[in-house]
Amino acid sequence: MKILMVDDSRTMRNIQKNVLKTLGDPACTEAGDGLEALTCVASQPNGFDLMLVDWNMPNMDGLTFVKRLREKDKTTPVIMVTTEAEKSRIIEAIKAGVNNYVIKPFTPDSLLERVKQTLAKCNSVAA
Amino acid sequence: MSAIVHPPAGTGSPTARLIVHFVGSIQEVLRTMAKVTVTVGAPMLKKDPLPSYDVSGVIGFSGEFVGSMVLSFKNATAVAIVSNFTGMPIEPGSPDFADAVGELANMIAGSAKTSFGGNTNISVPSIILGSGHTVAQLHGVPCLVIPCHTEAGDFAVEVNIKPMVATRPVQRS
Ligand SMILES: [Mg+2]
Repeated sequence: MKILMVDDSRTMRNIQKNVLKTLGDPACTEAGDGLEALTCVASQPNGFDLMLVDWNMPNMDGLTFVKRLREKDKTTPVIMVTTEAEKSRIIEAIKAGVNNYVIKPFTPDSLLERVKQTLAKCNSVAA
Repeated sequence: MSAIVHPPAGTGSPTARLIVHFVGSIQEVLRTMAKVTVTVGAPMLKKDPLPSYDVSGVIGFSGEFVGSMVLSFKNATAVAIVSNFTGMPIEPGSPDFADAVGELANMIAGSAKTSFGGNTNISVPSIILGSGHTVAQLHGVPCLVIPCHTEAGDFAVEVNIKPMVATRPVQRS
């Protein structure tokens, strides 16, 4: 499984990587902002199986990244992992094409649960 | 939320009314992400040139509320808390140290602004390293310091935020 992790905090990406190790040691690609993430997407022709995307980042924020991604890719599951927790923001993210939402701070279990839920849902739709 | 906070006399300002939201988010972020229990003392009005601790994470607020929040640690406290947060020992000189302090500040500010509501944006964190530094404040807005106590030592959160009274459209990124 190939996962793209987009967060300006390396610490946060490391924490997420550790949590997701239990999913059969996925191959994780990391990006520190939306622009880097777009480059990662362009250089991965076979695509990713899952993306975890932060909202607040320099250069290009996560919401803008998701909008740009969805211009070409409607299907890759995207989970927004962010401190932005207002209802209006969550609705904005879902409208942009986010499949699921995890609010920081999170426990390892809650992140893992949300990832499994998202993969199961997206895979059942694709099947 | 376990702490009941009584703002000091004479500080019934909008900033003081925001404090309870920060107290809740400090405790939740540290408990959830670093397994650290935080007890909070009575907030104090910060007298201008008083320096912060050794390392600070600064988050700017814009939109319906403007100003900044500073999460400030003594080095020893930061090392202990950040190591708990990242799950590995972290030295104060490493880039991961500043990164982790910034992300803790991001989560505390983000949770607090969700709690106090309004259409407010937060900046990405800036990190200041070096003992005796000061962070400039908004003129005419009280800066309230929330003293925080943990088994790993003390730290502080400084809140220097006011509601934006003007009803112009809010800038959204
Ligand atoms: Mg971020």
